[in-house]
Amino acid sequence: MPGKLKVKIVAGRHLPVMDRASDLTDAFVEVKFGNTTFKTDVYLKSLNPQWNSEWFKFEVDDEDLQDEPLQITVLDHDTYSANDAIGKVYIDIDPLLYSEAATVISGWFPIYDTIHGIRGEINVVVKVDLFNDLNRFRQSSCGVKFFCTTSIPKCYRAVIIHGFVEELVVNEDPEYQWIDRIRTPRASNEARQRLISLMSGELQRKIGLKVLEMRGNAVVGYLQCFDLEGESGLVVRAIGTACTLDKLSSPAAFLPACNSPSKEIKEIPFNEDPNPNTHSSGPSTPLKNQTYSFSPSKSYSRQSSSSDTDLSLTPKTAPYPQGARIYLCPSSPSLSCGSLHLKKSCLLLSESSLPPHPSSLVSPVLRKSVSFSEELFLAASGMGSGSAGKEGGPFKALLRQQTQSALEQREFPFFTLTAFPPGFLVHVGGVVSARSVKLLDRIHNPDEPETRDAWWAEIRQEIKSHAKALGCHAVVGYSESTSICEEVCILSASGTAAVLNPRFLQDGTVEGCLEQRLEENLPAGCGFCHIPYDELNMPFPAHLTYCYNCRKQKVPDVLFTTIDLPVDAAVIGKGCLIQARLCRLKKKAQAEANATAISNLLPFMEYEVHTQLMNKLKLKGMNALFGLRIQISVGENMLMGLASATGVYLAALPTPGGIQIAGKTPNDGSYEQHISHMQKKINDTIAKNKELYEINPPEISEEIIGSPIPEPRQRSRLLRSQSESSDEVTELDLSHGKKDAFVLEIDDTDAMEDVHSLLTDVPPPSGFYSCNTEIMPGINNWTSEIQMFTSVRVIRLSSLNLTNQALNKNFNDLCENLLKSLYFKLRSMIPCCLCHVNFTVSLPEDELIQVTVTAVAITFDKNQALQTTKTHAEKSLQRASTDNEELLQFPLELCSDSLPSHPFPPAKGWLTVTVEKASPVGEGNFRNRSSPPCANSTVGVVKMTPLSFIPGAKITKYLGIINMFFIRETTSLREEGGVSGFLHAFIAEVFAMVRAHVAALGGNAVVSYIMKQCVFMENPNKNQAQCLINVSGDAVVFVRESELEVVSTQQPAANCQPSCTGGEVTT
Amino acid sequence: MTSELDIFVGNTTLIDEDVYRLWLDGYSVSDAVALRVRSGILEQTGATAAVLQSDTMDHYRTFQMLERLLHAPPKLLHQLIFQIPPSRQALLIERYYTFDEAFVREVLGKKLSKGTKKDLDDISTKTGITLKSCRRQFDNFKRVFKVVEEMRGSLVDNIQQHFLLSDRLARDYAAIVFFANNRFETGKKKLQYLSFGDFAFCAELMIQNWTLGAVDPQADDMDMDLDKEFLQDLKELKVLVADKDLLDLHKSLVCTALRGKLGVFSEMEANFKNLSRGLVNVAAKLTHNKDVRDLFVDLVEKFVEPCRSDHWPLNDVRLFLNQYSASVHSLDGFRHQALWDRYMGTLRGCLLRLCHD
Repeated sequence: MPGKLKVKIVAGRHLPVMDRASDLTDAFVEVKFGNTTFKTDVYLKSLNPQWNSEWFKFEVDDEDLQDEPLQITVLDHDTYSANDAIGKVYIDIDPLLYSEAATVISGWFPIYDTIHGIRGEINVVVKVDLFNDLNRFRQSSCGVKFFCTTSIPKCYRAVIIHGFVEELVVNEDPEYQWIDRIRTPRASNEARQRLISLMSGELQRKIGLKVLEMRGNAVVGYLQCFDLEGESGLVVRAIGTACTLDKLSSPAAFLPACNSPSKEIKEIPFNEDPNPNTHSSGPSTPLKNQTYSFSPSKSYSRQSSSSDTDLSLTPKTAPYPQGARIYLCPSSPSLSCGSLHLKKSCLLLSESSLPPHPSSLVSPVLRKSVSFSEELFLAASGMGSGSAGKEGGPFKALLRQQTQSALEQREFPFFTLTAFPPGFLVHVGGVVSARSVKLLDRIHNPDEPETRDAWWAEIRQEIKSHAKALGCHAVVGYSESTSICEEVCILSASGTAAVLNPRFLQDGTVEGCLEQRLEENLPAGCGFCHIPYDELNMPFPAHLTYCYNCRKQKVPDVLFTTIDLPVDAAVIGKGCLIQARLCRLKKKAQAEANATAISNLLPFMEYEVHTQLMNKLKLKGMNALFGLRIQISVGENMLMGLASATGVYLAALPTPGGIQIAGKTPNDGSYEQHISHMQKKINDTIAKNKELYEINPPEISEEIIGSPIPEPRQRSRLLRSQSESSDEVTELDLSHGKKDAFVLEIDDTDAMEDVHSLLTDVPPPSGFYSCNTEIMPGINNWTSEIQMFTSVRVIRLSSLNLTNQALNKNFNDLCENLLKSLYFKLRSMIPCCLCHVNFTVSLPEDELIQVTVTAVAITFDKNQALQTTKTHAEKSLQRASTDNEELLQFPLELCSDSLPSHPFPPAKGWLTVTVEKASPVGEGNFRNRSSPPCANSTVGVVKMTPLSFIPGAKITKYLGIINMFFIRETTSLREEGGVSGFLHAFIAEVFAMVRAHVAALGGNAVVSYIMKQCVFMENPNKNQAQCLINVSGDAVVFVRESELEVVSTQQPAANCQPSCTGGEVTT
Repeated sequence: MTSELDIFVGNTTLIDEDVYRLWLDGYSVSDAVALRVRSGILEQTGATAAVLQSDTMDHYRTFQMLERLLHAPPKLLHQLIFQIPPSRQALLIERYYTFDEAFVREVLGKKLSKGTKKDLDDISTKTGITLKSCRRQFDNFKRVFKVVEEMRGSLVDNIQQHFLLSDRLARDYAAIVFFANNRFETGKKKLQYLSFGDFAFCAELMIQNWTLGAVDPQADDMDMDLDKEFLQDLKELKVLVADKDLLDLHKSLVCTALRGKLGVFSEMEANFKNLSRGLVNVAAKLTHNKDVRDLFVDLVEKFVEPCRSDHWPLNDVRLFLNQYSASVHSLDGFRHQALWDRYMGTLRGCLLRLCHD
């Protein structure tokens, strides 16, 4: 299926002086896609050239469209010698390949050179004409949407959450090829950038294919990583959650009618593609419609063997195919009829087929299924397939072909999501994680990356079995990472074992009804805390009590998870960032021996990290961790562990006991005194923290709870003896069975240090809060003032007499000082919360520790009432916007029917930018004037945030994924301000390039932004440094809530002129 | 444990106004940290000196990167690397181009050349302004000069357009450029009592009335160079003092009009011829570059000082100058009324401004 890519080079500005004699530049541009290259004319003697080129047209396969980046090179023409490159722009045209995202890429891009950084800007317009093709065996996966966001994107609704998708591709690293010895650093860097760009394109396409096989239309929580394995190659791998998404009109009005296409148009009229042929995600084509009545797990050959689980679920899902079939009638009269239909079936469902107490009925079934064999377990994970299969008739043949891969997909019931639609998460078991140490070998055949696949498969299998042991059939908040040093690689995976509501895996139309029902019948905000495992047959020793909220189910005394705090969770007080930091020295060793040494250290590190976390949690007076992320990094002579999480006090869980200190040497008066002094300090700290985080749970008398809580000391002793006997499930033991944490035995100086270090963590200054999750419990009145930032620190350890203690202290100080610096720098934003604080630690060289932090600071309004819950506000808002949309329905439909081109998004302030872009009137027309007076033509603001939302604003459109990789190198480090100057400039440039791409797509923000890699290497003796940065996020258009009403009333007017606006750009 | 690398980069570039001021004032990082500590910021925020050091370094680095853009302010607005709200951009630019009164008095009217730049050491010692800050201010003057040097149109407008300065600051720069171009002497001891504001005031009047641009808005260098033709013509005014009858008539007209109105009437009467000779001779000499340069010295010597020694109140000076200028219109034998008005109109304004202690 071919497509036509059209590129126009408009102008350049602020170019560097390339000709010293004239202080000017004779610039021209090469536009390359695949193997085709076009050139513009040379624009003589100008730093602000106006090429105004013709449209360069590339006729290409859509496979290439997905893989290849558009490569724009700006050069200085030289008559006598070779032309000098000024710099390049790589444009990922993927966002143009799905109809709902951007329609045109147009704007000023920084011209980037890997040696000199940004050198001026170039104005480019890019368009794609796709010819539709229904070839099912195609290699491309155009139309599958990708989101970095780890929740269902704000203007979509999940119809089905299919599950885990993963892929990896490998290649030789150009940096290590023989040719690298003879080519320039620039050529080598560019080869690398291009290769990685190609590989990520290919990876995305392959993942897209898997999604299409699963009958999904989107990947949510897409996480792509690079492993720079050095000599042995370059691995690009990605994981994500395949979903069938549906554009949402309003979840507040939970009528199933929200599936109707007309509603979609109402929601975001600007984005709607009126041409059904290219509308690959919406329900316009019959082929796609089948998706809804079609479950991937049908392809399970094993399903028959698990008929009992199956049966128990079937009635609940049975009515659905009917509702789904509505999509087959695209005309509007039948649509309204369809909505009615659906509504009915929905009601029917809530009345008859669902029991009044789903918690008591559904969960036993699930529990039963997991206590069976793995076969059953697998079936349970594919639950909800039920009756859907009956609808799948015509596709059976196709299905059989796909069985193999589909089975592979469902092999891992993992979800990379960290936040879920209400009701999706039934129970949470706890954190499951697995690590393995591997020796890297050369990848011989890049087309068959079997070893790497096998490694990951092994780890995933382990994760799955851990989850199973916790009585859970799924893993949510799942992520994978690596740490590489020389030829040793630690692969890590972690997630949260959970029991999910099967309906969402099959058909999401229940959502509205379900949500309502849950609100009625389930005690809000505690269901997910209830244990999923069998009380009598516990997988690990844990202390259970009846839920403090509903008093009906059992809950554990602490809960660790990798997911975000569920929106409806009942939380007391505020949360806080909790970190465990740890260093372990390791002997330098080679290959096999090195790997063994690391493997031996790992369990101890995990144990200590968990102990630290548990102690710190107790010290804060809290009982649950969310967003837990444990990173273990390997260096030449040490291992580093860094765990970050957000501690909260869950109302459903028991009050944490204090920390008891026990001395080992009795009969020593002064020692005893010292101990009791420490004890007092700890108790004081706990009391202080409780006050600080406003933790004051209601007093509950023991009798009501029914299960008396034993004295902390007593309990811990009891449990410790138990924990020794259970060494089977080590991971679980670490997170839950570790009641030792209650008692700190001070038997040597080490332990003393530990206690001290516990107490040295300074709380943030007043007015500051911090968390590593999306939202901070207890704060919901955010203002729109946000500041995303990245901070990097590298320290050099003095190599003399390094001990574990000294290392720990250094590392601890590094992190604490970094946090203190952040608080100081952002003091003007008080009251403020640092959200999504993401620490990464690496050991680039022998004595170097590098810590990178990315987070967003959001100011909140202290005065506003804290009681209004966010969901409530959101709902009412959405309701309001629906009203507006309803009014607009008619003209909008008209427009979208008659207009073939996409109008522009309605972001305010954006149109002015377009005008500027569209008419790049001559700068430098006047003698000696470098640029015209420009008070009114400043660059449009692009917000960046690691969160999935923008406070005080509504995301109206997702424009596509941003996934960029840059290399920067210098041979004049001192001249560029040393390492700090070099990296500071580079990160600023990376931000600039991200913003420019987003602006060119027509967006005004990046959400779910993440800096996945920041590899920094220096050689001060040679005055050299090199840095690789990989960032990603979702480009979006947002509208301020305050402007929302105004804009939506203006929409019809704006919508009637899209052809003019579009025309402006074309001409 | 030593910090090898320590950076903070915000999506919106953080600008700390206090640190910016310290940077502009040319303090080193360690001096700036010491000054910040003294300001009591540690007590207010509970931060440590190390945090302050790191913060200051970060800001300094940012400013160093911004400096290149500040040299051509429109670039700051168009660049994509630093996302800075417009109000902050304006503040950055305005502060960068703001200069110290003490410094500008030292270089006003000097050639903005390498030679002068070498003297910055002395200026720094003399004024107590750091050498770094002196250099920045000097380079700003020079840069603005170079850009607007050969440009058509209003000097103030050109400066505002190319450096995005506030109206006030653009006017000041116009004065600096004008003085540098015409090399007016401002450093003599007897001129020390004059402030930059006094000179800037005079410069503005001279630009408005005595330059090429005053007659031809399309002329090259219109606001920078004095109208040569006009200066040549000024010789014609000499008749006012050379012709004794004319001088006497002029005097009597002025004295008649001012009798009883002036506190210093007798002194004025006694001094009239000297003063008038002084003012007319200044005009007649302006054909020579050297005398143009000494304009302010001459004015002070020939007019301001005599007035001052007789303790003329400012109001008397004003009344005298008004009458002195106006009376010429009643001199029948004098044909250069327009020329006189062009000259005296400006000079009157300047002299009034120069007459203070």
